[in-house]
Amino acid sequence: MQFSETWLRSLVNPALNTQELGHLLTMAGLEVEALEPVAPAFDQVVVAEILSAEKHPNADRLQVCQVNVGESQPLTIVCGAPNARAGLKTACALVGAVLPGDFQIKQAKVRDVASFGMLCSSKELGIAGDAAGIMELPTAAPVGQPLRQWLNLDDHLITLKLTPNRGDCLSLAGIAREVAALAAVPFTPVDCAPVAAVSDATYPVGIAAEAACPRYCGRVIRGIDAGAVSPAWMVERLERSGLRAIHPVVDVTNYVLLELGQPMHGFDLAKLQGGIQVRRAKAGEPLALLNDQTIALSEDTLVIADDSGALALAGIMGGASSAVSGSSTDIFLEAAHFDPDVIAGRARRYGLSTDSSHRFERGVDPELPRLAMERATRLILDICGGECGPECGPISEAGPGVAARAPIAFRPARVRRLLGFDLADATMRDILQRLDLHVAGEGETWTVTAPSHRFDITGEVDLIEEIARVHGYDAIPVVAPRGQASLLPVEEGKRSPLDLKKLMVARGYQEIITYSFISDELDRDFRATGVALPLLNPIASQMGVMRGSLMGGLMQALKHNLNHGQERLRLFEIGRAFLTAEADAQPRHAAGLAYGAAHAEQWGEPARGVDFFDIKADVEALVYPLPVAFTPAEHPALHPGQCARISLAGEAVGWLGSLHPRLVQSHGLARAPILFELDLSALLTGEAPRYQGVPRLPAVRRDIAVVVDEKQPLAAMLNTVRAAMPALVSDFSLFDVYQGQGVEQGKKSLAFKMLLQHTQKTLTESEIESAVQEVVGILSNQFNASLRR
Amino acid sequence: MNLDEILEDAEREFAAAGSLPILDQVKARYLGKSGAITAQMKTLGALSAEERKAAGARINQVKDQVETLLRARRDAIQAAELERQLAAESIDVTLPGRGDAVAGLHPVTRTMARIEALFASIGFAVADGPEIETDFYNFTALNIPENHPARAMHDTFYLEGGNLLRTHTSPVQVRYMQNQQPPIRIIAPGRVYRCDSDVTHTPMFHQVEGLWVDESVSFADLKGILADFMARFFERDNLAVRFRPSFFPFTEPSAEMDIGCVICNGAGCRVCSHTGWLEVLGCGMVHPNVFGHVGIDAERYQGFAFGLGVERLAMLRYGVDDLRLFFENDVRFLKQFA
Repeated sequence: MQFSETWLRSLVNPALNTQELGHLLTMAGLEVEALEPVAPAFDQVVVAEILSAEKHPNADRLQVCQVNVGESQPLTIVCGAPNARAGLKTACALVGAVLPGDFQIKQAKVRDVASFGMLCSSKELGIAGDAAGIMELPTAAPVGQPLRQWLNLDDHLITLKLTPNRGDCLSLAGIAREVAALAAVPFTPVDCAPVAAVSDATYPVGIAAEAACPRYCGRVIRGIDAGAVSPAWMVERLERSGLRAIHPVVDVTNYVLLELGQPMHGFDLAKLQGGIQVRRAKAGEPLALLNDQTIALSEDTLVIADDSGALALAGIMGGASSAVSGSSTDIFLEAAHFDPDVIAGRARRYGLSTDSSHRFERGVDPELPRLAMERATRLILDICGGECGPECGPISEAGPGVAARAPIAFRPARVRRLLGFDLADATMRDILQRLDLHVAGEGETWTVTAPSHRFDITGEVDLIEEIARVHGYDAIPVVAPRGQASLLPVEEGKRSPLDLKKLMVARGYQEIITYSFISDELDRDFRATGVALPLLNPIASQMGVMRGSLMGGLMQALKHNLNHGQERLRLFEIGRAFLTAEADAQPRHAAGLAYGAAHAEQWGEPARGVDFFDIKADVEALVYPLPVAFTPAEHPALHPGQCARISLAGEAVGWLGSLHPRLVQSHGLARAPILFELDLSALLTGEAPRYQGVPRLPAVRRDIAVVVDEKQPLAAMLNTVRAAMPALVSDFSLFDVYQGQGVEQGKKSLAFKMLLQHTQKTLTESEIESAVQEVVGILSNQFNASLRR
Repeated sequence: MNLDEILEDAEREFAAAGSLPILDQVKARYLGKSGAITAQMKTLGALSAEERKAAGARINQVKDQVETLLRARRDAIQAAELERQLAAESIDVTLPGRGDAVAGLHPVTRTMARIEALFASIGFAVADGPEIETDFYNFTALNIPENHPARAMHDTFYLEGGNLLRTHTSPVQVRYMQNQQPPIRIIAPGRVYRCDSDVTHTPMFHQVEGLWVDESVSFADLKGILADFMARFFERDNLAVRFRPSFFPFTEPSAEMDIGCVICNGAGCRVCSHTGWLEVLGCGMVHPNVFGHVGIDAERYQGFAFGLGVERLAMLRYGVDDLRLFFENDVRFLKQFA
């Protein structure tokens, strides 16, 4: 909502300067979004008349003008504007004037001719961004008057960012009423005195949807002057509210909309057929709108129609067929009340947003239509009065009317409790009354009734807000945080997502955050489970589908960084993957990607590319101390021979693998990144540590090497041995894998470390040897392993 | 050879010995079985008891002196050898370390962790909720009926079947309160989505929702806690704050919280649009209709809720001037927050 400060001050004029007025509004919840002068600072610029303009003797493009600035003698001024001509009223900066940009006007010689001032364009005065020549003022402009005064330039444009609950402030009268209440000063109501009918002309109105349109005022005005133009004061106010003058009748309805907040519509009476009906649209009914758009209506839309069909979108926009035009002489004016629920959301659905729908959606005072009709009639009669004068008929009113506002039970004690400070009953009563609320009763519970313009006040809490707001949020004391001093539970075994993030960072992974929506293609490539979840209204197709895996986003971040000169990347993200739209099918995942050299470029070790087992170590560190298992598996995006399903305590929780060669190629990568993705919730669980005895005697170590088939997975061997090995073997683990000279083709040599331990005594050599033989026996029996000597 | 000569020779020969093995050889020539000192000892037997006493004392004195010289020389050689070893083993300590590259948390994570830590210090637990939400949790239960103009403020992404991407973290309030009677003290950090993308908007961003409900939590408490929070977050004890009336369907009274511009300290700059104030947070007292939707007695309980934009606070805190950087995931940007 944008308007001129002087317009507001014509209705209410508290003893506050412009900045203070702005602050008052902002701190009352009517946020001032912009507050700027209509014109920048300049002075000594007056209305002037060019008496004569003659070619400069020494310059083709300059003229030497005699200019009347209201002094006894005309001034000689050299001017280069092509539109400088005798008889033109324009703006003249006198010698000594300072124009915007600190441009000082001095007496000067222009090609040997003395010049005593400057004729100005609106651009030079900072009023307009562009100008073809010097200003052209109307002939009525009084010569010698300061231009600021003549054009009312000592004014400010105020733009309010109003919240949806304050539809009552979408008008100058509404804002003035609010300012009056806040500053406790009187305001001047707009003159809406009834205009006496001079004819009995009416036009029939029928309401088929009375709940949607409980009040419809109409009036016929005949014989308006087709050649009339809107007066300068009105044009100025409209322009300073961001509206252009179009046609006197349209200008008046726009003006009344701004002034009172009542949207109105003028129909060309000659174009109406039969009578007005307010009804629901028929499905698919066409309507050509004023903005040249033709829409097909749906049945929940309210229309103003006549016998020929829909004429206007009720409360939103008029139609082209019945619009007032330059040739209209007889008009039918509408000022109606529409229920907010009937208008809400409809304009948006048709891709429209109008001053009218904006107001009706938020609620317009149901008592306004008649007042607005009188106000608009008065203005039209004043502006469009032809020689005989237009004739206006009586206001015809249809509809059941709007029920009186229900009273609200109000407890002052509740205000004190909710706001947390002591506020006197009398202060509350004063605030409510200043806001035009009717207050009855005393003691614990009062009865408060909101005025018709306050749609937002329906319950006690609304009244509490009004009291807090008008009293001032700043005046509510600040209380130091207090509350029950109870400790939050801290589960020692659990880890937070932040703990895991810090662990990943410590292992050299940079955290990234990617969009939760990715392209359909990327989702298809990387989603291992669930269904595709497309957005109905994506920003772009590359952001069209909710991700089923975090790997796609990691890939995009990889490519972005490779394109920006990086060669080695370790990236991870923790965020939700979307398996289905159900609330419990949006698990948080932790995913990582590694690309490039195993170690950051350095001087001390031979460089090599990162591989599966580098990243497996990272995954193992991430899940530690949970018991983790990796089994060969297939994932749509991973290399089938280099992909593992990750399980914790027997439950599958994620994937690890190198990117499928097909995707390496389609993404244009030089080598395969290693990727992993885990269900985060599985990583957060855990128990507090449990102590186990530490053996007092040192363990004995024995190493054995066996040769097995090269396809033999290690995990099966480890699991089998660990399950069956003698109790005094405390550890059995792999420390080397070898293929090559000395090992038969198709076989591999695995070297294991065994730790043997007895809690009570030192082991004898024969005990050790028999335990080693038992393990070797398991390996040879179950895995056809031969001991390598 | 008399004893003085022996001492002189020993001193000279010890000094000439350049290493421990050579020194040991030299030592043998004086103190060994057939060494000069030992030889002198053997001459004692030929002397009278009286002479033997005097000569013996004299020999022992010289022997002590030779041993002292030997120890000194041994220490000197060892010191010199250590010196040589250290010199030979010295490295260029200015060569770079062989560790891995530096990595860090995302600045949004960093900021959220800071917010969580501050609120945890006064007993706020962390709650969480889904990001694909239903109309009920995102709007209806928060007192935003269908077609309410407030819905237009939330440019909502929709999915098939009437689901949507949550436009704020407030649905977590509702889910939490459905399962938990007061006292309630939670914050809910997370991703939210709005169908808007330009220089100052990304279609996904992060919010932290806060909720404190008990029997007497008041607007004055709200002011106190949030003012305290901002001062702690920006580490400025005298941070100016103000609360302006505003409108959110799920709180009433509602407020926008402004802080004195942390870039220009209130003098006016581009970041604060020359107002000296920065809008950082929306808040208010939980609306009774919201309590009604989750089955909490609004006559008995009251409390406040707030929501803040994490990227906004991160930008102000770290001086980041372009919102879009947060989601480009360029490591040259991200590593600055390691």
